[in-house]
Formats: sequence, C-alpha cells, structure tokens
Amino acid sequence: MTAFARVLVVGASQEMRHLARAAFVDVLRPGDLVVANDAATLPASLHGTHVASGKPIEIRLAARRTLSPDVTDFAAIVFGAGDFHTRTEDRPPPPSLAVHDRLALGPLSATVTGLLGHPRLVALHFRGPADDIWAGIARHGRPIQYAHVATPLLLWDVWTPIASPPVAFEPPSAGFALDWRTIAAMRSRGIGFATITHAAGISSTGDPELDRRLPFDEPYDIPASTARAITTTRARGGRIVAIGTTVVRALEHAGPRRHEPRRHEGTKNGPRRHDDTKPENWIVRAGPGIATQRIGPGTRLRVVDAILTGVHERGTSHYELLRAFADDRTLAAADDEMAAHGYRPHEFGDSILVIPPARFDPVGLPTEL
Amino acid sequence: MAPDTLSGLRVAITGGTSGLGLALLDLFHAHGARVAFVARGRERVDEVSRSHPGTHGIVGDVASKDDIYPMALQMLGELGGLDVLINNASDLGPVPLALLGDTECEDLERAIVTNVIGPFRLTKAVLGALAASAREGRAPVVVNISSDAAINAYPTWGAYGASKAALRHLTAIWDAEMAAEGVRLFSIDPGDMDTPMHAAAVPDADPSTLKPPAVAAREIIDAISSIVDRPSSIVGNL
Repeated sequence: MTAFARVLVVGASQEMRHLARAAFVDVLRPGDLVVANDAATLPASLHGTHVASGKPIEIRLAARRTLSPDVTDFAAIVFGAGDFHTRTEDRPPPPSLAVHDRLALGPLSATVTGLLGHPRLVALHFRGPADDIWAGIARHGRPIQYAHVATPLLLWDVWTPIASPPVAFEPPSAGFALDWRTIAAMRSRGIGFATITHAAGISSTGDPELDRRLPFDEPYDIPASTARAITTTRARGGRIVAIGTTVVRALEHAGPRRHEPRRHEGTKNGPRRHDDTKPENWIVRAGPGIATQRIGPGTRLRVVDAILTGVHERGTSHYELLRAFADDRTLAAADDEMAAHGYRPHEFGDSILVIPPARFDPVGLPTEL
Repeated sequence: MAPDTLSGLRVAITGGTSGLGLALLDLFHAHGARVAFVARGRERVDEVSRSHPGTHGIVGDVASKDDIYPMALQMLGELGGLDVLINNASDLGPVPLALLGDTECEDLERAIVTNVIGPFRLTKAVLGALAASAREGRAPVVVNISSDAAINAYPTWGAYGASKAALRHLTAIWDAEMAAEGVRLFSIDPGDMDTPMHAAAVPDADPSTLKPPAVAAREIIDAISSIVDRPSSIVGNL
C-alpha cells in the first residue's frame, strides 16, 4: 500500500531524526531483539440481515477469549445500514438486538448470545462446524476499514509479510515496517528477531463511550523460543524493541509481576546471569495469556525498552501506551515534528520509533543508577 | 524415518482430491499429520474430507488470484499455522498435448498461472507462517511438484515443461533466499504415475508401466522427513 513510508526516530537523548522507515534497523545495535506480532488479519466485517426485523446489519468481529482454531464465539460491534464509506461516527445504529436473535451473514448464521452493556456491542455464536465458519469468514468477510481509504481493502492489503495465524481483527500495522530484506538486514547485523501472536483488536468504534472501553481484552501467545530470546537478550545487555503496541501489551502482561529478574539486579560486574535454558528463569512467561491491562503514563515497563509504532492521535489507547515510553514534553515535540513534516497518521501511514534513555550500555554495564 | 516425525505436523496440499495429491493426503493422514487440502470441486472435497476424518477440505482454485488469500486464511486458521506446503495442483496446458506452434496462448497462460504463479502466490501468503514455524524450532518445507519435462525438451510438452522449468528455478532461488530463515523449498520429480493427469497427457500408456501414486507419495514423504527430522537452527534469529 505504502510507496514510501518514513519513521521519526526519537532517540535516547530526545533528539529526533527522520529516516526512511526500513532504515529503522540502522539505529538498533547488535544484540538488540526486535519482537513483532505475527497475527494475520481476519476479514472481520460481515454484512447481512437481522432476521427478526429484516433490517440490514454490519457486524465487526472485535474480540475473542482464545486464539484456538475452534472459531465459534466472538464479541462484535454492530452497525446499521451502510458500509465503510460512511464515517463510523455517522453510521446509523443497528436494529435493537435481543439475546437469541439470529443474524444471517452470507453463508454464516450467528446467534446473539449476550448484550455487552452497549447497544452496539454483543456476544455472538456462529453455528456449524469450525471449518464451515472459517470458509464463511474467508469468502464473505471483508477487512475492517475506515472512510479514509476509499477503495475496498483486500486481505493482501492487511496481512503483514510475517502474517501467520489469522487472529487479529485489524492489522498489527506496525508490522508493515517489516519485509524479508529488513529481517535479513537484522540478522546480518546481529540483531535478533522474534515474534509473538496477539489478537490485535478493533481501533475505533465510532462511539465515544465504546471507544473508552478499548482496548478490549486480547488473547496472545508467546512461543518458548521468543521467551528464551528475550531472556538471553537481557542477560547480554541488549534492548527489547517492540514492533507495535500489541507486542508491548502482550510482553508486559506476560512479564515479571513480583520478583523481577532483570538488569537492575546486576552487580558491579554486570547483570546477574540467568540460566536461559530453564523456562522458570525466563523473564516473560511462554504460552497463552489474555492481556487485560491498560498501559499508560503510570506504567513501569518491565520488559520492553523501545517501540516502533504508527502515528497515533492524542487520546487514543495507542497514544496512551506511548506515554509509558516518553514524557509528555518529548511526545508533544514529536507530534509537532511529525505534523510539520506531513506524517500520515493512519494504519498504512508513517511510523515513530521511541528509544528511551538507556538504563545500561550495550555491553551490559550500568551507566546510571 | 522415525514413526513420530509426521505426527502433529501441519500440512497443506493443493490438488488433494486425486492422483498424487490424494496419495499424499492418505499417507500424511495415516501418519497422524494435521492436513488441510485444496481442490476446485466442492463435492469431491466433501467426499475426501468424509473419508479422511479430521482433515480440512478447502474449496478453491490455485489459478484464481482471488482464491489465494481465502485459501491461506482457512489453512492457517484451521491448522493454527503451517509446517509443510505441497504445491501439487498442476495444469497440463493443451489437452491433447500439442506442438508449441499449435498451442493456444490461453493454454500456455493457464499452465503458467496454475503451475508457477499460483504456487508463488500461495507460498508468499503463507511464508510468514512457515518462518514462524522455523523460529519455533521446527523445519518447515515447501515442496513443489516438478517433472522431468522441466529439464528435458520433450516435443508436445512445451506449455507444461516451460511452466515446470520456471517453477523449478523459482523454487531453487527462493530456497537460497529463505535458507537463513530456516524455511526450505525443494522441487521433486515424482516420475510417470498412473494418475488422471497422466492419462489425459498419454491416453494410450500402459498403466502397468507407470508408478503407482502411493509409491511416489512415499518417496516425497521420505524426502520431507529427512528435512523435518533435522530441527531448525533458527531460534529467535539469535
């Protein structure tokens, strides 16, 4: 989609510079570990009919409790007539919904199983075998999109090059910064690359009350190889660089809670060495989890050191998360810099890389206390 | 081959309802692999799904650009990821086979779209999943079904042979490019088999001189096993 994307690098001493986005690798160091979200994106917008009223309806699948291939139950945002060409804020409300109501969505049939505290938010159960639900979503679903992109998006527009299990509701769009050449460049410079899978949720509902509930709880999975790579990276004094907000949310959720075996416990001879062959010594817990927390200015990050993400609007949950990485003055300066240079704020737009001041230098010795 | 090598392996096969594809499906299924397969006809897909409980039938045409991502979505969704992709669905070009001077452009185009561009698109769509499999310590592999017609200049095999030659070279280059990511790609010539496609190409062939597809499938699975038995050295790109 993007012919030429840029990244604003907000560096350790709060200096800023503009780079072509693929060049973000140039500011990383050997021994750093880049962690990305490998979720592929579902075509989560399904049009159909509310059977009881006969009225048109659009549902946007928005959340699940699990990443399991057994797809039957979702939370969904519901709209009335119309489609993405109308701004979500201006969409008519859906017909009034009740538990047990049936929705006919092309080849799919769904039942409302719960009302989730807002007229636009419901729990849905799809009928039939999982393979038929997958086929129905694959054939009938369209990627969720917003009025700022006029042409209909197709799956190949919303899958990142590293896309694997289709569990995201909107693209983990920071991952558009990655391609195979960039991944090869990381390897040749001794920068690690690992992935997690996180069911990135819907970014906007068009309803201020509902938007305040974002992000919803999001299931994730951290492969053992990634948990181990994080521990090894830390032990060697490398930085953990998250590609996107979902990676931060998952890693911080799976990170240390009470005891925190990480660098600041190092002695004057360097950080404490951990036996990274033992899962119990890993800094983040491998395996599945559900991220329920909000990350904001009060959050003390325990796992992630730096973040590459899109250009987010103030007030959104993505922007709040960024405030955990940099103080408001730095972010305001970055906002001004990006506005002055015409950075594009949407999911196919430009990026920002925030690298807070290092707590330790590259060889792992404390530089500040 | 260790008996457990294929158990739990996530495998996708195109052209899975007849000939070599069906023979591969039989064997992977018998070994306890988790299999998704693609074919164009719904009826045949449902029939094969029923006779191979636990497999995932997907209706789609590898020659159709619009079918590729829905196909990949179903494979990755139903299997939760992917370790082995077998691009087996193929098109002969003109039937009966024809001299190149007598070959319609459309027949050549269809052979190239089915045998080269389709496998390219599908492999590209699942490349992220294959690389993820490698990072998790498995040894993912893409097998592209080739032919001796990809190497030898057999008269009347022009459309098929040229497309398979292109696929063979694409495979070799992609393998060189993805080796560092731990994803292997290879092409394999299964030999002249007693299949519907061979009957269409050489209607008067004596079936007793042809290789049973089950034998070719066993050889291919042995080749895959020799790769997946060796776990990837790519762990977290460290």
